[in-house]
Amino acid sequence: MPITAANPVISELQDRIRRLEGGAARKGEVLSFGIAEIDAKLPGGGLARGALHEVAGGGADAVHGAAAALFVAGIVARTKGDVLWCLTRPDLFAPALAQAGLHHDRVIYVEADREEDVLTNFEEGLRFGGLGAVVAELVRLPMTASRRLQLAAEASGTIGIALRRWRRPTEAADFGQPTAATTRWRISVLPSEPLPVPGIGRARWLAELIRARAGEAAEFEIGACDATGRISLSPHARDGQDQARRSRNFA
Amino acid sequence: MVVARSGSKRTVAAIDAAAFKAGARIGMPAAKAQAMISGLHLVDADRQGDASAIERLALWMLRQYTPVVAMDGRDGIVMDTEGADHLRGGELPMLTGLVNALRGHGLQARGAIADTWGSAHAIARATRREVIIVPVGETAKAVVNLPISSLRLPSEIVSGLAVLGFRTVGELSATPRAPLTLRFGPEVGRRLDQMFGRVVEPIDPIRTAELVEVVRSFSEPIGAAETIAKYIGKLVVELCAALETRAQGVRRADLIVYRVDNTLQSLRAGTAKPVRDIPHLTKLLCSSIEKIDPGFGIEKLSLAATMIEPFEEKQSISSLVEETIVDVTPLLDSLGNRGQRMYRLAPVESDVPERNVGRVSPVSAKLGQAWPTRWPRPSRMLAHPERIQVIALTPDHPPASMTWRGKRRRIKRGDGPERVFGEWWVRSSEMEAVRDYYSVEDEDGNRFWVYRSGDGVDPTTGTAKWFLHGIYG
Repeated sequence: MPITAANPVISELQDRIRRLEGGAARKGEVLSFGIAEIDAKLPGGGLARGALHEVAGGGADAVHGAAAALFVAGIVARTKGDVLWCLTRPDLFAPALAQAGLHHDRVIYVEADREEDVLTNFEEGLRFGGLGAVVAELVRLPMTASRRLQLAAEASGTIGIALRRWRRPTEAADFGQPTAATTRWRISVLPSEPLPVPGIGRARWLAELIRARAGEAAEFEIGACDATGRISLSPHARDGQDQARRSRNFA
Repeated sequence: MVVARSGSKRTVAAIDAAAFKAGARIGMPAAKAQAMISGLHLVDADRQGDASAIERLALWMLRQYTPVVAMDGRDGIVMDTEGADHLRGGELPMLTGLVNALRGHGLQARGAIADTWGSAHAIARATRREVIIVPVGETAKAVVNLPISSLRLPSEIVSGLAVLGFRTVGELSATPRAPLTLRFGPEVGRRLDQMFGRVVEPIDPIRTAELVEVVRSFSEPIGAAETIAKYIGKLVVELCAALETRAQGVRRADLIVYRVDNTLQSLRAGTAKPVRDIPHLTKLLCSSIEKIDPGFGIEKLSLAATMIEPFEEKQSISSLVEETIVDVTPLLDSLGNRGQRMYRLAPVESDVPERNVGRVSPVSAKLGQAWPTRWPRPSRMLAHPERIQVIALTPDHPPASMTWRGKRRRIKRGDGPERVFGEWWVRSSEMEAVRDYYSVEDEDGNRFWVYRSGDGVDPTTGTAKWFLHGIYG
């Protein structure tokens, strides 16, 4: 909004609001994807560190959490320091995470029996402050809990990612409930990049940015993480949203 | 058979199962046993050796299981496991694990968990089962039929009671107390009350000379959480000072709380690496302070470093250029003390997918090796491969369609096969086993890792059935 930028009163008010919102919007404290199209949609030019982000799988992946886990692995692979991964179901296959750039030496898994313990571990990891990132696989994320996690992340500057994963596909409607997370992503699998020979090419995902605080929703067709955890923009998406949708249907 | 000697009298002190079957009993004269059984192997009893072996065992349990461990008579160990069993998955897994661990060292042990020391003592000795757990509140029912010899009474009293016709604990406890006390003294009533939990019987924890322990007694009983926290802080300072003189760090610290009503409670804090960091230790101990029930007040606090390891101060390299490496062990300690399982995953040399990932301790050295494969791997693995129905061209084409969990999928693309051979050195049944792995993608873009058991030609290599093993992201 160019008019407000010119108005000193409004810009001062915006500054005050930003200060009230806490350290989340501190400049430069973001983890960018390195893709201009995606970073432009995110306030600050990337995923804010010191904030809570939510990632879930779409379709069948809401239960499996396979693509969502790799997307998260790609993000945390680009942080520095150890990564705490809190879970209840130990079915992650570490070689796949290593292929997404997240070296197995960096990941400490904390396995709990109960969902509440995962939340506690998640918060404790965020409060600790010395970790590169904290990931938690959660079924439920109530508003109060997410608020606590967001505050803990803001206090320590550690990026927290809640990997939402449900037991049944019908439960995934829970993803519509509001939480205090700064961004919210849904990752669904798309047919892989076509190859000139029989075989499976690079995996492609539909990454929907469902919610971004102080930003707009968007969706991108991306190529899965490479060996350094970087995603790429799929060539089909460059032609615009409509065509991208169609290409998804017939690919 | 073990023979004990008292003066010129030689009696049987301990027997094994074979001797028991042959008719030997504990307490019978050794000469009688020798007359009954030919080829009896006699060993002279070594009281001191036994006692020191049991003491070593007790110290090991003190480090491994719970802060309150003591020797129970000449032939047993008693532990207060309250609040310690959840770390080992509950009472039954803990006790079974303990008995199995002892058997692994060639020791036959019988274990019992009950409400009181007296009843656990009696049940463990009077029954033949290896592991018994008496549910809370059912002690009275469990001990009624036990013999009076399991009451921990002097042998003269036991034989005196036997002369009067008493055989079981139930009979004895149903008898009016006054005549018994008049004849045998207060011991009978006391032991009965201890068994039924009417009189508390604190377990005085075993201590050795090298154990670092600091104690603080209070002239007035304390009870408030803040006061307890304050004194824990003071004890930690003393403990760290004591450890510093020995250049040791704490791996496991036990706080024992003595209440005015003569009962004790314990808290245990463990660490992943030896520590001598006062705020950190204080925080670990204070994090479970709400578990202490002060009752009418606490008269004594004792803090012991049950497990210590050499600890050297290191000079940290201060550099403005290099990135500082954050030590995450304080976080791991506080998570671990809440009973969470922590691990890192590391490569194991195996081609079988479910075996090539191993759990290692989160503080183990980072070796930096990697999985050698360049093939894409699924990000989620099923705990057990699931049967799928497929239509596929044998021997080496990916499936054309597959049915998994009742849903039929047409396969658009596929890669493979990647052949994995069985490891005959792990399991003899894998001598000739082969799995052919394919990655397949259905029409919607869902990607799966499936395999066929066998090479598709030779039936000795596998059943030619198909399984789904992993899900790609």
